[in-house]
Parts: sequence; C-alpha cells; structure tokens
Amino acid sequence: MSSVGEIALRYQLQRGDFSLQVALQLPLSGITGIFGASGAGKTTLLRCIAGLEEAPGSELLVAGERWQDAISSRPAHAREIGYVFQEPRLFSHLDVRANIEYGMRRSPRREAAEFAAVIALLGIDKLLDRKPAELSGGEAQRVAIARALMRAPRFVLMDEPLASLDAARKSEILPYLERLHAESSIPIFYVSHNIDEICCLCDHLVVLDNGHVAASGELQSVLVRMDLPQVMGDAAGSILDGRIANFDANYSLSLLTFAGGELWLPGQLGNIGDRYRLRIRANDVSLSRKRPRDTTVLNLLDVVIEAVQDAPPATQLVRLLAGQQRLVARITRRSREELNLQPGDRVVAQVKAVAVRRPELGE
Amino acid sequence: MDLGPLWLSVQLASITMLLLLLIGTPLGWWLARTRSRLRPVLQAIVALPIVLPPTVLGFYLLILLGPAGSLGEWWFRLSGESLTFSFAGLVIASCIYSLPFAVQPIMSAFEAVRQSDLEAAWTLGADRRDAFFSIALPQSLRGYLNAAILSFAHTLGEFGVVLMVGGNIPGETRVISIAIYDQVESLQYAAAHQLSAILLVFAFAVLLAMFALNRQWRQQ
Repeated sequence: MSSVGEIALRYQLQRGDFSLQVALQLPLSGITGIFGASGAGKTTLLRCIAGLEEAPGSELLVAGERWQDAISSRPAHAREIGYVFQEPRLFSHLDVRANIEYGMRRSPRREAAEFAAVIALLGIDKLLDRKPAELSGGEAQRVAIARALMRAPRFVLMDEPLASLDAARKSEILPYLERLHAESSIPIFYVSHNIDEICCLCDHLVVLDNGHVAASGELQSVLVRMDLPQVMGDAAGSILDGRIANFDANYSLSLLTFAGGELWLPGQLGNIGDRYRLRIRANDVSLSRKRPRDTTVLNLLDVVIEAVQDAPPATQLVRLLAGQQRLVARITRRSREELNLQPGDRVVAQVKAVAVRRPELGE
Repeated sequence: MDLGPLWLSVQLASITMLLLLLIGTPLGWWLARTRSRLRPVLQAIVALPIVLPPTVLGFYLLILLGPAGSLGEWWFRLSGESLTFSFAGLVIASCIYSLPFAVQPIMSAFEAVRQSDLEAAWTLGADRRDAFFSIALPQSLRGYLNAAILSFAHTLGEFGVVLMVGGNIPGETRVISIAIYDQVESLQYAAAHQLSAILLVFAFAVLLAMFALNRQWRQQ
C-alpha cells in the first residue's frame, strides 16, 4: 500500500481517556506539518513513529520497508530516525561535539564531510567545545537539531522544537530551519500548535483533532478547506506564494505580485524577483460589495466567492478565489446576511497588510 | 607492630567494595527504574543490615554459611573447605553487611538519570545496553564514588559480623577490628593504641576525601 516515496501508518492506542486512531499516507519529502490543539495526539503520534510508545496492532511502512506490524516492531534504536524533542535533551556529561558525534558513531552510513556542512548550516562551529550547561536555549536546540541530522536519519521528527523558547529565540532558530528545508532533501515531520510556524515551513499539513486525523494534504489545500472551522479556530487562513515586484523606498513598501493580484507590504522584504510566502489570516480579510474609497486598507483584491461555511456561534468563513489563489475571510453572520453574500458573487476583499508574514524558504 | 590484620582488612574491604559495585549496578538500576510492586520489599531487604544488630546478621550468616547451611554445604562440596571461619566466608558476610552502603548511592544516582536522556539516546541509535553504558553510567559516577568509599569504609569498620562468622584466625579472619578487641582483652594497650590510631586517621581521611570530592563535583 505504500510506495517508495511514502510513509504509511496506522496507529491505534489507548492511554487513559485519550485514544489515538490515525491512518495516514505521507510523502517522504519536504516538511510535513502536524497541527492540532494541545492534547490532539501530535506528540503521541511522533513517539509512535519513533518507536518510543508501545502500540500493539499498529502498522508502519517507511518507503515500502515494514517497521512495525501486528507481529513485530523495530525498536527505537533501529529505526534510523532523527528526533528533535521540545527540550534539547543534550547529554550533560558530554560536550557539544561529543553530543553530535553520539548518533554519528552509531550510524552505519555517515560521511565525515557532512559534519562540517551540518555544523555550518546550524551555525554552531564556535560551540563545539562547550558543555550543554554553557549554551543558551536557542543554541542548545540548534545543537540538538545537528545531533539528530548527524545520525543520518531517513527522516527527522521534530516535536515543537521552538515551543520551549521565547519569541526572540524562536526567530533565531526559524531561519536555520528554513535553510535546512532549502539546502537539504531530508524529509521532516514537524509538530506544532503554532499555525504561523507551520505556514512558514511546511509543504504538507496534517490536522489532528482529539486523536483523529481531521485533514491531510498539501498545505494550501488543507488550509482553505471549509469543513474545519472548529479545529482550526483562529488559525483559519491561507497562504499565498508570490514574488517581490517592486520596492517603494519613499514609503518603504514592497509590492508582491501573485497570480490573481498584487499586495503592498510594509518594509523591504527582499530583492526584486525573490519568491515570498505570505500567510493571510481569515480574521484580517474583510469583504465589501463595492470598491471602498477613502480607506486606510492598502490592499484591495477583486475576488469571487467560492463557498461559505458557518463557524459558530457568530461568524462564517468565506472562501475566495483571486485568480488562482484562494483566500479565506472570516465575517460575521450578520454582515453576510446584510450584504446577502452568495457563492459566485464578485466582491472586493480588503487585506490588512500587517496580516502578512515571512519570506518564502529560499529557492 | 603486626600490620597483618590491617592488611587483611584492606584486602577484605577492597574485594567487598568491588563485588558490591558489580552487584549494586543491576540491583540499583532495577530499584531506580522499576514500577514493580516488589520494589519496596526489595528495598527493605537491602536496607536490613543498617537496622539489624551485627550479632543477628552474624547468627543467620553463621547458619547459612556453616556446613549444615545450604550455601555452606554447597561451597564445601565444591571446594572442600568450610565457609565459616574462612576469608571467603568473610567476603560473603561483608557483602551482605555493607550492601545498603553501595546500593543506596548507586540507586540515587540512577534515579537522577532522566528517562528523556535515555529516549534521546535510543533515537540516536543506542540500544538499551548501549544507552546504559554511554549515558546512565557516566552520569552516575558521583554515586559510584560514594558507593565505593562508603562500602569500603563500612567493611573496614566491621566487627560484630566478623566475630560471629569469622572468629579470630591470623591471616585468614583476624581483621583489624578483631585484633584491637583481642589486644584490649589481653591488656596490650600500646598495640591497641597503634592500630586504633591508624584506623581513626584512615577513616577520617577517607570521609574527608569523599566529602571534598563531592563538593568539587557539585561546583563544576
């Protein structure tokens, strides 16, 4: 059932009140985000894949190889995965170099040259002789990522690697993860309850809800699905991939174009021609019948309403088509009735430029 | 001055210490990690020698190790020698007598080893045994140092149990504490003074070294 480029799994387990029941086929390429509220089973799923949880009667196939089935289960140490935990979990009695070499020594297929590359990628070359106690939280987590990569894994599992860090440390690490995504072909499964991180990093998305798979697929197609308002909550929104077309130095605004329109964003976001990924929250998109005048909103897009979905109690989600790009707007039920918005209607979407985030992950 | 008893004591304490570090490793690991309901039972058994009078312990050991006892009989058939009133018997008695002083520090050290570190080691390709030797053991060195020193020092000061199962055979079971007792009994105070002073200074030096090392370790 699973092909070479895929991981196929079926897990069923019960832990007290919580039960995990998932069946998934995921691509062994790019970054797959696993999103859900706390308690949805994200960490348990990763631990199952890593072989850290006992889950009898489950199945795991990695690129056609049987790692777990009804009869046998490969122990964690034989699974050839890299695991980055929420906390760095560096070994306190070893220095940074020995920590990184720990997995390397136990891995049959690791080339020494990659050590230098991974060290450089994560910017930890100056930390090698330090003890874990002498590292900052962000540095320790970068070392933990390097350690997982040097184990020569088939894929890497990351369990909210940024969750234990404050906002400043997070923005210190995110660029390294983006570089990793851009420069290495290693598949990553990235657990997070932060939709911004997911939108920034991921290509595919799995949404977990209370131990079940609510959705799974390509990132944008899952984001604009209309049947998940309860699961997604405030995370509802969309991403938009475009290119930087212009920079207005006078007002310090960058112009981003995409198939279906253009948006002005504050600040110099990159060089002209650079690809750029935005996340537009449903809460930051409003609709009007006519093109408003005298508004402070810079960005107006002509869109067609595709679908409307109730998001109880007071709001509704509206999926919009701007060229080939989809957007999601959150409006109140009352506004929708007053404007009598119906699928197929042509309306104007006002997008707050501040809603827009993060550069796309390199070329 | 006859230093034979001192030398015998040091031999006995060294062998006992080494054996206890070996025994204490799996025992301490099991006690630190298990969720079994047998854990308190085993903990109580291990701690018994702290509470029991050496005479009680010695009495049972005498029976167990004697030619009629199960262990003693087995040993006699194997080696043709008696376990009581022999150095081998003293080693067995000392191991039981000093067991808690080796197991407790090792167990505490293993309890401080985080499960999360072991999990990380497994995901890095280490099997359980490998993770034990590469993570748990090196992180528990301080516990091993304490276990070594305490079991050594405690065996050195052993008296009651030795008297019960070992008697007073020079070169075989006449350890330093017995020798001192003997000398006092026969009013050889000068000789008793010498051996006692040696033991006093030695015990103090050992404890001082342990506490100083522990202090240094903590500051690192």
